[in-house]
Amino acid sequence: MDFDLTQDQRLVQEMVRKFAVNELEPVASEIDKTGEFPWSNIKKMAELGLLGVIVPEEYGGAGLDFLSLAIVIEEISKVCASTGVIVAVNNSLAAYPILAFGDVKQRQKYLPVLARAEQIGAIGLTEPNAGSDVAGLESTAVVDGDYYRLNGTKRFITNGVEAGVYVIFAYTDKTKGHKGLSAFIVDGDTPGFSRGDHEDLMGLRATGNCELIFEDAKVPKENLLGEEGQGFKIGMHTLDVSRIDIGAQSVGIAQGALEASVKYAKERTAFGKPIAQFQLIQAMVAEMATQIEAARFLVYHAAYLKDKQVPRFSKEASMAKWFAAEACLNAVRKAVQVHGGYGYTKDYPVERYYRDAKCMEIYEGTTEIQKIVIARSLLKD
Amino acid sequence: MEIVVCMKRVPETGDAEIAVDSTGRDIVRDRLTYDINESDNYALEEAVLLKEKFGGTVTLVSMGPPETDETLRMGLAKGGDVAVRLWDHRFARSDGHATAFVLAKAIREMEFDLVLTGCIATDDGRTQVGVTIAALLGIPHATYVMKVDIEDGIATVQSELEGGLIAVNRMKTPALFTIQTGINEPRYPSLISIKKATAKEIRTLTLDDLGLEASSAGEEGSKTKIVKLTPPPVGKRAEILEGAPEVVSARLTEIFKEKGMI
Repeated sequence: MDFDLTQDQRLVQEMVRKFAVNELEPVASEIDKTGEFPWSNIKKMAELGLLGVIVPEEYGGAGLDFLSLAIVIEEISKVCASTGVIVAVNNSLAAYPILAFGDVKQRQKYLPVLARAEQIGAIGLTEPNAGSDVAGLESTAVVDGDYYRLNGTKRFITNGVEAGVYVIFAYTDKTKGHKGLSAFIVDGDTPGFSRGDHEDLMGLRATGNCELIFEDAKVPKENLLGEEGQGFKIGMHTLDVSRIDIGAQSVGIAQGALEASVKYAKERTAFGKPIAQFQLIQAMVAEMATQIEAARFLVYHAAYLKDKQVPRFSKEASMAKWFAAEACLNAVRKAVQVHGGYGYTKDYPVERYYRDAKCMEIYEGTTEIQKIVIARSLLKD
Repeated sequence: MEIVVCMKRVPETGDAEIAVDSTGRDIVRDRLTYDINESDNYALEEAVLLKEKFGGTVTLVSMGPPETDETLRMGLAKGGDVAVRLWDHRFARSDGHATAFVLAKAIREMEFDLVLTGCIATDDGRTQVGVTIAALLGIPHATYVMKVDIEDGIATVQSELEGGLIAVNRMKTPALFTIQTGINEPRYPSLISIKKATAKEIRTLTLDDLGLEASSAGEEGSKTKIVKLTPPPVGKRAEILEGAPEVVSARLTEIFKEKGMI
């Protein structure tokens, strides 16, 4: 059993760590405040290959493995969770399903565009009345000559406001249940498609989150991803991959919170000595660090399974996502506590981490959904 | 243009807690993280910029144990073409002179128009290796270089002097420059260039490969020896200025004036 990262992975980690600290951290608080999508940093990251980490070189990406992607997301999220999820969505929720299920034409058309961040990608599964409940989705796609006519509304779409390429799920045949769900690649300038207002979120505020509205949107037939009725399979498989990244994002936020707490505990004095010397502070730091380490191993292991191309890793991806989200929530709660009153102000980054962290146990499958996935894989015949 | 860049792998000591080890002659290193010496990184970037302008090859040279390969690989990812690591247990505890002696011996065997090094090592604060290499190779040099122009084998360089003065020197190549931080903006390597760099071979040369005597390297070949390391004495308690920003800044200005700093 080898716990060491490869030399590639270590160099990637070192490069992204430096980039994140030098380029992303200085604007993290500002974009959290303004909600401005960090286009200039996205372009810089695209030049380094970070928007197409897992996209093969022949399609303009870096062609690295999923563990490298997890490392990239972790390092970015350590200083800016908003930027972390923008990169994660572009890689694993937009580029990945096109890579895994798209035909050669679709890959050639969309993957280089996404990898170079000429357009940013987004995915539309969740709706106003259904997120976890796929059967409850109401969007429909009906054949009309050489086109599908899409109708419906998607909600809480990360990158939504700024994206130019969307992977959208809609029912082509509602009577077949989840086997009637299909996936489409939708261009941002599709007639009949529009974007709603920027959501005023608690955290992850610079992610261009919005509603997507389809009113007889005219999507060419060649933009069907995979085959009609494959939508559920595409969605679930894509979520398995993206849950690894949300796990990585959680580990990154938690690690950032831990490092901020260690620094603060050494600097802040109370009763005549640094608070780091008090055992109740030490206990918090120890608990944070241990849970983060455990979460990181689960995340890296799930990524390793994906890289090994094992056919099913849903259970491990869900374990990683759930556990890392919980470790993250615990870490940010303790981090604010270590900072005391200052942790409750916007003068210290842990206040932002605290708000960003909450989403970790909500999006891309709530913690409750992860537990169901894990239990089902254990209890099935 | 053939350019050799000397690189040193140094511990990152900015935020780290430094302790003297049990020998009293070194620091505890096991929990430190390492990186390329800061000004060497600028030297590397300057070499890559010159290569992009004039063509040629950038060869990276470092003296150090196997872990140094990671620093060299990052250098390859940032634009270096070839990397050579000089290592032998008999190189251990080399001072600046012995290090320069080993590096110069390796560089002498290479084709080069320029040798670039950093202007100062961030770990031991020394500035000796670059200029000693130039002396040993018998080539002209300039230190604390902030600008490099090359035309028809003539280099015109600007060096930073005390008090903001700039010295302009002109010399024939081959020449050696020790590069100051801020001369350029070092790039981040892309994922693809990292991938390509990890596939490259790093040549390793030992004392015997270089045809050196054991007496010319390591502790034996050194002209200086660290006898003892001690942490700096604890000074008087720092004065903490409190109050509104305008009050604090006014008091700070007074202090600077009292101390003759402004």
